[in-house]
Amino acid sequence: MQDRRTDYGPPHYEQFLPPIIKENYGKWKYHEVLKPGVMVHVSHSGAKLYTVRAASSRLLSIDKIRMYCDLADKYCGGHLRFTSRHNVEFLTDKFENIEPLIKDLKAIGHPVGGIGNSISAIVHTQGWIHCHSAATDASGIVKAVMDDVIDHFENMKLPGKLRIALACCLNMCGAVHCSDIAILGIHRRPPRIQHDKVKKMCEIPNVSASCPTAAIRPARVGGHESIEIIEEQCMFCANCFTVCPALPIADPLNDGVSIWVGGKVSNARHEPMFSKLAIPFLPNNPPRWPEVTTAISNLVELWAANARKYERMGEWIERIGWPKFFKMAGIEFQKEHIDDFKHAGLTYKRSTHLTF
Amino acid sequence: MANAFPKTPKLDELEKGKWPSFVTEIKMAARKNPMSRDLLGLLERSYDEKLGHWKHGGIVGVMGYGGGVIGRYSDLPDEYPNISHFHTMRINQPAGWFYTSDALRKICDIWEKHGSGLTNMHGSTGDIILLGTSTDHLEPVFSELQKIDFDIGGSGSDVRTPSCCCGMARCEWACYDTMAACYDFTMAFQDEIHRPAFPYKFKFKFSGCPNDCVASIARADMSIIGTWRDNIQVDQAAVKEYADKGMNIQRDVVGNCPAKCMDWDGKQLKIENAYCRRCMHCINALPKALAPGKDRGATVLLGSKAPIVEGALLSSVLIPFVKMEPPYQEIKDVIENIWEIWCEEGKNRERVGEFIQRVGMGNFLEAIGLEPTPEMVAHPRENPYVFYEEYFEEDEGETEAAKA
Repeated sequence: MQDRRTDYGPPHYEQFLPPIIKENYGKWKYHEVLKPGVMVHVSHSGAKLYTVRAASSRLLSIDKIRMYCDLADKYCGGHLRFTSRHNVEFLTDKFENIEPLIKDLKAIGHPVGGIGNSISAIVHTQGWIHCHSAATDASGIVKAVMDDVIDHFENMKLPGKLRIALACCLNMCGAVHCSDIAILGIHRRPPRIQHDKVKKMCEIPNVSASCPTAAIRPARVGGHESIEIIEEQCMFCANCFTVCPALPIADPLNDGVSIWVGGKVSNARHEPMFSKLAIPFLPNNPPRWPEVTTAISNLVELWAANARKYERMGEWIERIGWPKFFKMAGIEFQKEHIDDFKHAGLTYKRSTHLTF
Repeated sequence: MANAFPKTPKLDELEKGKWPSFVTEIKMAARKNPMSRDLLGLLERSYDEKLGHWKHGGIVGVMGYGGGVIGRYSDLPDEYPNISHFHTMRINQPAGWFYTSDALRKICDIWEKHGSGLTNMHGSTGDIILLGTSTDHLEPVFSELQKIDFDIGGSGSDVRTPSCCCGMARCEWACYDTMAACYDFTMAFQDEIHRPAFPYKFKFKFSGCPNDCVASIARADMSIIGTWRDNIQVDQAAVKEYADKGMNIQRDVVGNCPAKCMDWDGKQLKIENAYCRRCMHCINALPKALAPGKDRGATVLLGSKAPIVEGALLSSVLIPFVKMEPPYQEIKDVIENIWEIWCEEGKNRERVGEFIQRVGMGNFLEAIGLEPTPEMVAHPRENPYVFYEEYFEEDEGETEAAKA
């Protein structure tokens, strides 16, 4: 019987680094992208480390991970890593291993790419696979969208980088609020209150406090201690459902997807920016969400055709102005596009800098 | 029938196309695992009904830890009995997401024995996600993980599992050792990771340069982003080489400089470093010719979060520049001060960024013992509603300063 250990933390990373990285840690001089999905990092010592980046569905079976392991053993001395966007990377100091590795990766269904001026993998959440508050599926839309834009993953023909992210509700576990294109699951109806369960399952003061617009008040309904929701004030964020399971909000008829554009996190050129609303609502249409994939393909191609070199989606739109963007994208501007939460006034156009 | 392979015409559609299919992954697991078989059936049903079938709630975990396991229950337990409980375990990833095949295989073996056979590599916060097991397997999984030195990560109102870019391991732009710092902070705050004691979650993300590959400025309560204080290193011959190979230095490099602090005469690239904003663009564009300066450290920013509850925030500057040397005591002292005031005054489920919005950055800085500096704001206030705290009082013909 072993002693029970706690609080020992993750294994130290050093044991997982390939020898070439240990020898050149902190000594890298520059890197070059050799071709889509392949780059070389060159050390001040002259050593060269090759990286092959492959697409991954993020949701991986243990058998697939073992296949990755076999490839790492075969070509990379047993070393591999994953990226912050769920891609898998194989690291080797042997140039001659690159092509056979790419061939083997493709053979097991993992295209290579996502480096440089390309679309990298979509950071996303759990959706209907595992989430209690999902307004849409995550993996399904990601698969359908990436099938559509795969050419931009496998090639580097875009003006700059394009980052797509998806969150299946406003919780935004995927933190999609600073992406070139963000896909966001939304509800459009208030929670249905199960008055007989609220008191049993939830702390009513917490439920009231959870509402960003103060739409929830304690109330006695049908003899039950419960709550009431002022419908005009509810903007369907589902936060109350997260603290109180007696307030289901999912609704097959009205749940769907909104599309946001023009965010970025990098400080390069323009400071980081939030994504802004482009399309308020598209229906959930599984398994392939054609309305969503079409909208995204259109946005990608519009940006690709009109942006200058290095210009991210948000930088391009800032240069041409939002009215021009809506016109070029063929998206109807609606009431929903105008902010009405805190500090909304800061988003109004407060100048005559207009294009016609 | 829980053990029959369910019919999944809608999901089967998602096995077509070039992008790797998550459906194929679930089916691979389902060949051996009844949980994954039921998951296929439940997911097909969600695709038919356009509705999720998961419930949250209930406290599940391993002994001695308050976080790291996410309780999940199907709302159709009779029809899908193998996933009536389907909890997630978050496993603290190694810094930079580097692995050996040996370590990954050991994790796979544990999960084959005790879980669904499905994972996320990785979750949005950075952990290895072991996706779906029943309550009675949680402790056995943890017991096995102890033998291979993998620990559980954070969830709930605690320090969430810190994450970082690959930094000095494979990037010439790393202005500090992100993996060392990430590991150090993770070990220093083990208690805070495993035992939720805060008003809400607190995330650390370590990026080695202003490109911010782990999106820390958008996704971390404390964003620690590498930068430099001195001059960009320039290899003029290499700049010339880029120009000779067809790079339009004037338009694509100088023209994109947000500070307008560069000049190119066809031979020399001049940079007025006093005005450089450390945006990284010129270095990104000319990696062989330019490099961050030698006096390197980090900018520490605070407060970013997604929309829930009071709206999304980006982190804002707290410490414009700090040298990043272990044990990082200057930052840790500030963190302790932040946690002290936030735990004392913060409301339930109020992130640090929201707390600062509520009490005011000026008051917050006073409480944590930092002096205000102009680097902390995009611009000074525009409204004149100033809470002046100093004023004069008449005192027998003399005037003296008084503090409110």
